[in-house]
Amino acid sequence: MNNTFQEEVFSKGVNIDLWKKFLRYAKPYRGKLIMLSIFMAMLAGFDAVIPLMQRYAIDNFIVAHTTSGTILFFAAYALVVIVQAIIVKVMISYAGYVETGICYDIRKDGFEHLQELSFSYYDTTPVGWMMSRLTSDIWRLGNTLSWGLVDFAWGLCMMVITSIVMLVLEWKLALLTFIVIPFLFLVSIYFQKRILLNHRDIRKTNSLITAAFNEGIQGVKTTKTLVREEGNLNDFMKLTKEMNRKSISAATFAAVYMPIVTLLGSIAASIVIWKGGNRLMIGTLSYGTLTAFISYAIQFFFPIRDMARIFTDLQSAQASAERIMSLLETKPDIVDNVEELEKNGLSDRKSWPKINGNIVFENVSFAYKTGEKVLENFNLSVKAGEKIALVGDTGAGKSTIVNLACRFYEPTGGRILIDGHDYTKMPLMWLHSNLGYVLQTPHLFSGTIRENILYGKLDATEEEIIRASKLVNLHDIVMKMEKGYDTPVGEGGSLLSTGEKQLVSFARAIIADPAIFVLDEATSSVDTETEHLIQGAIANILKNRTSFIIAHRLSTIRSADRILVIRDGRIIEEGTHQQLLARKGHYARLYTNQYTMQLEHGDISE
Amino acid sequence: MKRLKILLQFTKKNLLRYFLAIIFSGIAVIFSIISPMVISFTVDSVIGDEPMDLPDWLMTRVSDFGGRDALRENIWILGLLFVLLTLLTGIFQYIKNRWFAISTENATKNIRDTLYDHLQHMEYHEHVKSQTGDLTQRCTADVETMRKFMANQVTQVGEILFTVVFTLIVMVGLNVELTLYSLAVVPFIFLVSVIFFTKVKKTFLEVEATDSELHATLQENLTGVRVVRAFGRQAYEIDRFKVKNENHREKVRKLNELLAWYWSMSDLLCMIQAMLVLFISVSWAASGRITLGTVILFITYIRNLIWPIRQLGRVISDMGQAFVAFDRIIEILDKPAEPKFTQGLTPEIKGNIVFENVSFQYPDGTNPLKDISFEVKQGQTVGILGPTGCGKSSLMHLLVRLFDYQKGSIKIDGYELKEIDKKWLRSHIGIVLQEPFLFSKTVLENIKLAKPDASMDEVERAAKIAAIHDTVISFEKGYETLVGERGVTLSGGQVQRVAIARTVLKNHPILIFDDSLSAVDMETDIMIRKALRERSKGVTTFIISHRINTLAQADFIVVLDKGRIVQMGTHDELVREEGLYSRIWAIQSSLEEGQEGEKNNE
Repeated sequence: MNNTFQEEVFSKGVNIDLWKKFLRYAKPYRGKLIMLSIFMAMLAGFDAVIPLMQRYAIDNFIVAHTTSGTILFFAAYALVVIVQAIIVKVMISYAGYVETGICYDIRKDGFEHLQELSFSYYDTTPVGWMMSRLTSDIWRLGNTLSWGLVDFAWGLCMMVITSIVMLVLEWKLALLTFIVIPFLFLVSIYFQKRILLNHRDIRKTNSLITAAFNEGIQGVKTTKTLVREEGNLNDFMKLTKEMNRKSISAATFAAVYMPIVTLLGSIAASIVIWKGGNRLMIGTLSYGTLTAFISYAIQFFFPIRDMARIFTDLQSAQASAERIMSLLETKPDIVDNVEELEKNGLSDRKSWPKINGNIVFENVSFAYKTGEKVLENFNLSVKAGEKIALVGDTGAGKSTIVNLACRFYEPTGGRILIDGHDYTKMPLMWLHSNLGYVLQTPHLFSGTIRENILYGKLDATEEEIIRASKLVNLHDIVMKMEKGYDTPVGEGGSLLSTGEKQLVSFARAIIADPAIFVLDEATSSVDTETEHLIQGAIANILKNRTSFIIAHRLSTIRSADRILVIRDGRIIEEGTHQQLLARKGHYARLYTNQYTMQLEHGDISE
Repeated sequence: MKRLKILLQFTKKNLLRYFLAIIFSGIAVIFSIISPMVISFTVDSVIGDEPMDLPDWLMTRVSDFGGRDALRENIWILGLLFVLLTLLTGIFQYIKNRWFAISTENATKNIRDTLYDHLQHMEYHEHVKSQTGDLTQRCTADVETMRKFMANQVTQVGEILFTVVFTLIVMVGLNVELTLYSLAVVPFIFLVSVIFFTKVKKTFLEVEATDSELHATLQENLTGVRVVRAFGRQAYEIDRFKVKNENHREKVRKLNELLAWYWSMSDLLCMIQAMLVLFISVSWAASGRITLGTVILFITYIRNLIWPIRQLGRVISDMGQAFVAFDRIIEILDKPAEPKFTQGLTPEIKGNIVFENVSFQYPDGTNPLKDISFEVKQGQTVGILGPTGCGKSSLMHLLVRLFDYQKGSIKIDGYELKEIDKKWLRSHIGIVLQEPFLFSKTVLENIKLAKPDASMDEVERAAKIAAIHDTVISFEKGYETLVGERGVTLSGGQVQRVAIARTVLKNHPILIFDDSLSAVDMETDIMIRKALRERSKGVTTFIISHRINTLAQADFIVVLDKGRIVQMGTHDELVREEGLYSRIWAIQSSLEEGQEGEKNNE
């Protein structure tokens, strides 16, 4: 699995099937792409023609010692210059339009697909990986499909037209100068590829340096107390030394490229001086042709360099395309079976039965795709309105049970019934639109408080917002803020305190009046006053709702109707707080070890 | 000025090389200007009949060789000369590029190392104030901007200036009037570039803003996937993202459109300039005022003026960024740091500690400690108890001088703490932090952090004391297991135990456990404490804990509340006293009697 997440996988050979799949993204821009190719051909034509015009000027005016016709000639020249400028303008506009369009389209599809992918995908895929696919990879692909084409069309046409012009002018001299072309090609491809690889290598080292800075800063307290400053610096200097070595060798390598290429060009030019000069003296070649040939010999390098670069770019773009395709082609695990729903008359939202909140786990087994078994033959029956607290060590299976109840995962064996319906036979939205869900670390979206609450019910009225906020003790806090409900929460809610974030996420969860409520309680401590508000809010929220609580707070646990102590995917103890304490078993031990700290605050100080 | 001084400090050893590289770039430019002369000379004076306008030393060589006729016979010599000049240009370009690379990369390494070293030594309270992301950004992106400034911008400006100046000198020598015509449009090219790239910055920023918005929206969606799904808001999210995606597309298109205008218009200006030169020189040559060779030279040299000057406009408008980046780097370096070398007393530390009316205030004004007085003798164990935020950790931070107290005095073995060298002090106090940090190295390297030369035997012994040895050897790669993202993620309790092993690996006269067993279960806690007691006889030990059980065996216990000592005494004394300690004890012991009563009937 790990290999998939490597930043750059270098693929060899051209993957035709892959590019065929991406062709559909180029399709909407077919017209523009064709126009672009034509424009580039024209531009190349003009670029190739300019030395010809200089040749004309030399032979017909300078050598002929006459200025008659210069006005007409330069009018034509000016026209070429103007048309060239117009083409440049249109070309850049079109290529940019196509590039941004293709990026937009692929990004849109990618995002929509991510919205369908199941949790099993999210659990095994780092967010950073997905981000890179939708940003840098798409950018690289769009760039290659637009500007790559532009450069390719120009380079190809330039080479072809120049060659033809040269051959037509003086085929023998042309063939002589062509001797350097294969070398130019080989050198360019070799260098461009190596330069690309060097850059990649440097980027990798660079990200190690970034990580080292990060670690150095985050671990500074540990470093200071262990007096590790010097040791760390030595480790760090190994990295920067490596970076230094690699950067210098890459720069040195790149520094060889241009001189070699211009040298090859000058060899071609010197062949022209030598052979052309001789022929000029015996009068079989004009001054104009000689200078034009020298210009061509020196210019020939540009299209070749561009073509070589496009070939190497294409390889990176293909690697990007492969990764994007792997994302687009991942199938979601949990999807509605549209046909079956239609058959049962459940395709319309209005025909969905109301959820009361009876939940039954029937011999439920669950294993991750990696084969790791979490639950086996798990049975649990929860009545509507019952509050269930789940306690146990990390990794005991609490989250899995909750995720299964929410249908974020589906059982790999057995079934889960909600009000008697096997939920896999029901629409996914049936459950999800009736679910209140509050995470351990509340996740808010940037926007205002109002927008965040509305997330729970998009068409809620102002009264509903206020009612929900009052229910969770948020309203008074919001009213004290200058902008009230229009207060921005910042990225990830960073402008609010932890407690405020909690309360907003409660309001968001409660506004849709869900029948089933899931609470993954926070372990982080907040000040006593907020703590009090949160406890009050939780009590209000849970009233008359089937609820699952992954509990960390003693007061929440104590108020639950039933506490399940989970270990290794099994319920090892079950009952109310009092009953379990009396059993003096696992729960009682947990209670002593983990929850008495909270007593110091809540129950003792006051 | 300050910028320059600091820049010189970073480049000092490489400055000479850097300047030599600039000179080499000038030499390369000179050769590149000479090589077209070979062609014009060939056309005018070898093939044509113009007089040979050569410097004397060269003229005599040509005459010795046999003059024009010999050259005409052997025209390949001129071709070879052209190749040789290109080769010389190339060699100097190569050396220039390599030396620029060496000097800028060395300077960059200097900047990176200096920054890292400074951050390690920066006063702890400065770290508390700063955000990791911001610091990292400055140390990476801003350093990169600086590197580009030295490697590309300065060198480009240098090269462009050489090219323009040398070309102009040669052009003036050839024909003053034609040179003036050659410069007719050039100032406009420069101005247009400078103005455009200054103006377009706003649009660049707009693009960047939509880009980061797109990023943020994407990240929010991906990290909040559970919330999105739980509320069934996929369709809503798709709409939201679509808006950002569209914004981004439109802004990039806007920028692209501006760039399209710029490139086409500046191209037009450049080409008009070239055309003007061609037109005039051709007309003059036709009437015999100048030679064909001069025309060829001017057509070639005009390129040396227009394209570099267009580039110059851009480079100059980009330079502002480098200054901003540099200032941000200097800001970090200006923050106060702890001394790198020994500064202060280095007495023998045995572990007698006296707190006398110690008061401490954080730089932000919060006041965690007031009037703390107590005395600890060498080898004693002190328990510290108190609610979260009572100042327990602050007290320990003072002991290792992460912060310094403002009032009162702390004396270790009779020496005032503030006068003892920080590193000396810290290397004699072993502290296990509440939330210890493990580096992304192997378990072994993490344990050996403070004592890199420890033997495997010592490491294992320390790991056994911390009750982590068995866990470690159960990993596939044992002690060579990588910790963190790229390796195994350890649980909170495991991290704490590795941190304990790392601390007890060294023999310290003073040990501090800052609530460092909180994530370890009760049985392991007892095991570790037993092992520690045997190991640390005679060591002054501070234990901060919420568990009375952990504290009970201490020689005495300090109870803190709201920054003050509210109770102090042995367990037996405190249990009998009305107060925080006895209340917590009552609750914890009732529970414990419940579960352990059967085992040890007291």
